[in-house]
Amino acid sequence: MNDRPSFDTGAVPVAGEAPRQHALAGFWFHFSENRGAVVGLAIIAALVLVALFAPLIAPHDPGEQFRDALLAPPAWQQGGSPRFLLGTDAVGRDILSRLIYGSQFSLFVGVVVVGIALAVGVTTGLIAGYFGGFADAMIMRVMDIILSFPSLVLAIVLVAVLGPGLTNAMIAIALILQPHFARLTRAAVLAEKSREYVTAARLAGAGRLRLMFVTILPNCLAPLIVQATLSFSNAILDAAALGFLGMGAQPPTPEWGTMLAEAREFILRAWWVVTFPGLAILITVLAINLVGDGLRDALDPRLKRS
Amino acid sequence: MVQFIVGRLLYLVPTLIGITIVAFGFVRVLPGDPVLLMAGEHGVSPERHAALMAQFGFDRPLWEQYLDYVTGLLQGDLGQSIITKVPIANEFFSLFPATVELSVCAIVVAIVIGIPAGVLAAVKRGSWFDQTSMGIALVGYSMPIFWWGLLLIILFSGILQWTPVSGRISLIYFFEPVTGFMLIDSLLSGEKGAFASAVQHLILPTVVLATIPLAVIARQTRSAMLEVLGEDYVRTARAKGLSPLRVVGMHALRNAMIPVITTIGLQVGVLLAGAILTETIFSWPGIGKWLIDSIFRRDYPAVQGGLLLVALVVMAVNLTVDLLYGLVNPRIRHR
Repeated sequence: MNDRPSFDTGAVPVAGEAPRQHALAGFWFHFSENRGAVVGLAIIAALVLVALFAPLIAPHDPGEQFRDALLAPPAWQQGGSPRFLLGTDAVGRDILSRLIYGSQFSLFVGVVVVGIALAVGVTTGLIAGYFGGFADAMIMRVMDIILSFPSLVLAIVLVAVLGPGLTNAMIAIALILQPHFARLTRAAVLAEKSREYVTAARLAGAGRLRLMFVTILPNCLAPLIVQATLSFSNAILDAAALGFLGMGAQPPTPEWGTMLAEAREFILRAWWVVTFPGLAILITVLAINLVGDGLRDALDPRLKRS
Repeated sequence: MVQFIVGRLLYLVPTLIGITIVAFGFVRVLPGDPVLLMAGEHGVSPERHAALMAQFGFDRPLWEQYLDYVTGLLQGDLGQSIITKVPIANEFFSLFPATVELSVCAIVVAIVIGIPAGVLAAVKRGSWFDQTSMGIALVGYSMPIFWWGLLLIILFSGILQWTPVSGRISLIYFFEPVTGFMLIDSLLSGEKGAFASAVQHLILPTVVLATIPLAVIARQTRSAMLEVLGEDYVRTARAKGLSPLRVVGMHALRNAMIPVITTIGLQVGVLLAGAILTETIFSWPGIGKWLIDSIFRRDYPAVQGGLLLVALVVMAVNLTVDLLYGLVNPRIRHR
């Protein structure tokens, strides 16, 4: 890389900065046109703040059991007290505090799962698309096999093998989500591989890794970003489902799905124990999907609703 | 057409082999002694252990075990449940109709509501109906269905007491299953009120299971319709003076249906995954609940067989959709 001609390093960044800023402004223009997407983004930002500052915001410790207030109703209902805004669960833990701490788990699950799925999926997809032939056939057959099982069924069986717990649930979900990234990347690489700029880069002496990751990959990003937001919400839903089935985070972790599993036997006696954790999941997933729709419209002109 | 079908079948062979390898490998990668796990015993004497080893063939080379496993599969032998000692295939297919009944009802509801809603939203783009229905669809698409089921139980079974909480039919009715589909069996039984009871039991699980497919189908129909409505031939049809109903129904809808059919086919996996949660919440005796129960009972032969059969079902349905697709869209068949 050191023997590159000097005009290359000098001229390109200057010419490259301005269009990039321009593109970003254009992207924001299209994205902010979609009111739902902006609302979704605001909700996500609020959630991130809640998760980061949970110890400061939460009125109580998520594990503290108030034996004098078992199944206390929310503050606005008869018998409720402002001490427990959203009421308490069967062992007297403050639901609001548990929900606040629970946001840490959901966001963590989303980030880690999408991170793993992106890294694995994009790498395998790049290899399959760039090299083609035998490697391509093998990789894509493996992805076909993973995709031929219903996602949750495979996740449950994987957790049965690995043992229940949040970490293993995340690994299982990442594994079932990554074929989508691999397929998308492969398709995008196949489309880009024969373009002139790739040939030019190859003639300029770029190595294989550089061609794959630096030259081609940035031009395949749009569908990957949209898929990543979709996977983010899927990861949160699947992790909550596994928690609900008793195969994800284990009690007394204040994970939202696990909270629902613990609340199941009280559904006809104490509606608030069931309602609020589910509402938290729904609002989070909805916000992410709103942003996902906005991103898709802004990034993919073909899908844009005119 | 024959060539098309044969091609599709050949393409499935590697995936089919892969699925059997996954099911075969599942037992081998479980933590613990696979012999004892498969036999459902623990603390056995060395002699008994050796006998079990030989019985399950774990003492032979891996590839031989695999060939044995596949030979067994081809003869319909999926092993035996540790708990009930019933062959897995029998257990699976006795519970399968319950899941099929629920899934078919759910997908029918999703199609019957989803497609008209999507078409109407596209035709009246930007209207009050479009925004409301697509807002609801996005909420449905984001719904944690296990929570949605609990909410419906609180409202309709708890507060209003309209629907029962669990099972397929009230316990006061008892008749021999003929088809395995409760709606049909209850009619055949001739018992008064049996059919109504079966319907009551079916309503909430159907709504829960239909939620996500309904949202997906409505969204997909709308965007497919929007794309088609902008095409030249639709404008031509309009210019010819055809009635709006004819343009939308005859010209646009038929072409917009192609991606929608694909979407409907893809919902099979979603339905089976959703069935696990729905059946667990409503104690619906289908394969989803059976699979979860088997995992918690450590009935690994049952999990192994169930995993394989579920994948085969998904594959078979996807193949059917592919062939239908070829039938609907000649462009694909002739390629």
